[in-house]
Amino acid sequence: MNMRFASLRSLSFGVVTAVAMLAAAPAAFAQEGHGAPKPHRESWTFAGPFGKFDRAQVQRGFQVFREVCSSCHAAHLFAFRNLAQPGGPEFSEAQAKTVAEAYKVQDGPNDAGDMFERPGRLSDHWPSPFPNEQAARASNGGAYPPDFSVLAKARTYEVGFPGFLIDIVRQYQEQGPDYIHALLNGYKDAPEGVTVPEGAYYNEYFPGHAIKMPPPLSADQVTYTDGTPQTVDQYSRDVTAFMMWLAEPHLEERKRIGFQVMIFLIVFAGLLYFTKKKVWKSVH
Amino acid sequence: MSGHATFEPKNPALKWFESRLPLVGLLHSSFVAYPTPRNLNYWWTFGGILSLMLVCQILSGVVLVMHYTPHVTLAFDSVEHIMRDVSYGWLLRYIHANGASMFFIAVYIHMFRGLYYGSYKAPREVLWILGVIIYLLMMATGFMGYVLPWGQMSFWGATVITNLFSAFPVVGPTIVEWLWGGFAVDNPTLNRFFSLHYLLPFMIAGVVILHVWALHVVGQNNPTGVEPKTPKDTVPFTPYATIKDGFAMVCFLLFFAWFVFYIPNYLGHADNYIPANPLVTPAHIVPEWYYLPFYAMLRSVPDKLGGVLTMFGAIIVLFFVPWLDTSKVRSAAYRPLFRQFFWIWVAVCIGLGWLGSKPAEGGYVIAGRILTIWYFAHFLIILPLLGLFEKPRQVPASITEAVLGKTKSA
Ligand code: HEC
Ligand code: HEM
Repeated sequence: MNMRFASLRSLSFGVVTAVAMLAAAPAAFAQEGHGAPKPHRESWTFAGPFGKFDRAQVQRGFQVFREVCSSCHAAHLFAFRNLAQPGGPEFSEAQAKTVAEAYKVQDGPNDAGDMFERPGRLSDHWPSPFPNEQAARASNGGAYPPDFSVLAKARTYEVGFPGFLIDIVRQYQEQGPDYIHALLNGYKDAPEGVTVPEGAYYNEYFPGHAIKMPPPLSADQVTYTDGTPQTVDQYSRDVTAFMMWLAEPHLEERKRIGFQVMIFLIVFAGLLYFTKKKVWKSVH
Repeated sequence: MSGHATFEPKNPALKWFESRLPLVGLLHSSFVAYPTPRNLNYWWTFGGILSLMLVCQILSGVVLVMHYTPHVTLAFDSVEHIMRDVSYGWLLRYIHANGASMFFIAVYIHMFRGLYYGSYKAPREVLWILGVIIYLLMMATGFMGYVLPWGQMSFWGATVITNLFSAFPVVGPTIVEWLWGGFAVDNPTLNRFFSLHYLLPFMIAGVVILHVWALHVVGQNNPTGVEPKTPKDTVPFTPYATIKDGFAMVCFLLFFAWFVFYIPNYLGHADNYIPANPLVTPAHIVPEWYYLPFYAMLRSVPDKLGGVLTMFGAIIVLFFVPWLDTSKVRSAAYRPLFRQFFWIWVAVCIGLGWLGSKPAEGGYVIAGRILTIWYFAHFLIILPLLGLFEKPRQVPASITEAVLGKTKSA
């Protein structure tokens, strides 16, 4: 009897191992087609249960976005008023107004039926650099610079087993920012034997490696006023933090309320547990 | 419902009402006086948790609809408008999106519980079948809900799944055009999915009422699988089950809140934050995690129609479990061989789920085939044969004997 159980148990174990081996073998060489290395996990201030954006960093990131990226990338969900909203770069309202007024926005029609231009207001959205996708592609070698509005949540990389389970416990979901940071620092000379098509650049982290975005950052390109080092790595971290805030503007509020909810539920569960024990005492 | 309502209203107004519609008496007999086996473990709390999740999905969904726009050019941005500009819109949306996953986690535990303890056996066949209908409706609802934000996975998931129907000979292409409301997944598709996504949860609620009704006719099963024989074997629903279910619900909400507040996008796909684009196919089109085992089965059959039939068959077979299992003993606690095969089957389901997330190539396909065959063999070969050949352990004479025996030895 016992023998039969033992052999059954080893059979079930065998089934599982066989599946695991069968599955792992092709994974070793298939590598999802392009063989991009996994982006390095950075330590982001907004990660973890008490994560918050570093105001100064998001402000610098905004500066990089405005001075560099926004000449190609749109961010159509980004309104000027967001700049003064709690939980983000938290510029003053006057500062946000100044930023808005520097842009011309098309409005209308007026009473005469004409469209007209006026300075931007807080309620306006960030003006797109190109009138439409076709125009954007025409100026970028046929590639479309994706909209930044939620881009930091729209990229990821595979974590694999058992990391994907550990991430639940560690609350890690910063794969998007990791990838963007890696991408911005991932420009290299193409390795021996690899030819990059005309108008594209070799990037270690981009799927397929040939990206049509020219390396957007170089040292000392943006002038920081707070003494932060003006390196490509620093720029890329700052602009990534800004992009994460843009993609998830209520992140801080979410984590703050989450903590309150957790405390409430833990206390409530404790009370229910002891009540349950008391109620069931006579039955057990 | 089973006729032993002990509710006697004292208040004259209530008395007047009760003699015309005995609603409070019905609720009283269903949720207060209703006898539940005294030995139920925490696996029995998931029915209550499921009811809670259904209410949660309906409430959050109804409010989301107030801000959502079902149109291909506006849907994606209207969801982002909810996330950014609507007061606590991010909370609503994350509750609804993660709530769907929680609903499925709970339903899978609930179903595994039923399969382990033989809750589908006579006289609970109709109860079980109503459960499988709820599960089917949930799958349809979840699928159509995922299409609504109109991201890349929404669009391509809808394309892949609706295209499956083209595998049926003769009528296939017509069915697909009828589902789409045109010649491709487009605005008419989004509109009808939106309409149905609003409708189906209320149909689920209707079937849940039947499900609970059937439950209250036949009574709950319990870990021993022995029917209650004397009043000593049961305790009244309130306060015993109410407080236990309440505790379990709050623990479940803790788990739920972990996802909503700290990793709200963990269970989703990054690609669904890219607006739908019919001209760009994502590198891997992967459905939501709760469909993955079926997706793996679909892709492990080389023939398209065969794959579709296999996938639907995997659910259809559940309807027949009450008759495929030939054992006289209900609970796996007294079925040593069945218990082993049960856990192998659970491992097979998890394995299929994992394979469903992998590209359909090489070893993954071979592993998928082996596991698919095992999945069906479990129901069609192992369950019928086990009942005939397995020698079950001695089943206790009553629930009370099982409980008190345990306390003595502990
Ligand atoms: C000269 C125009 C230009 C500038 C300036 C520019 N980009 Fe890009 N970017 C592009 C183009 C074009 C693509 C699309 C590349 C492709 O698909 O091959 C792109 C793609 C991207 C992507 C998406 C990569 C992917 O995985 O699909 C990210 C992230 C990105 N850019 C970040 C930035 C950041 C951050 C900056 C500012 C520091 C920036 N870009 C500045 C043109 C630009
Ligand atoms: C919306 C989804 C569902 C809801 C709200 C729901 C609700 C409930 C409730 C409240 C109970 C009683 C408490 C319990 O025993 O846990 C119950 C019992 C039961 N449910 Fe469900 N259910 C759902 C889906 C399903 C599904 C999908 C199945 C199986 C395919 C199923 C099978 C059963 C069975 C067999 C019982 C009796 C359990 C026993 O007494 O052993 N249910 N359900």
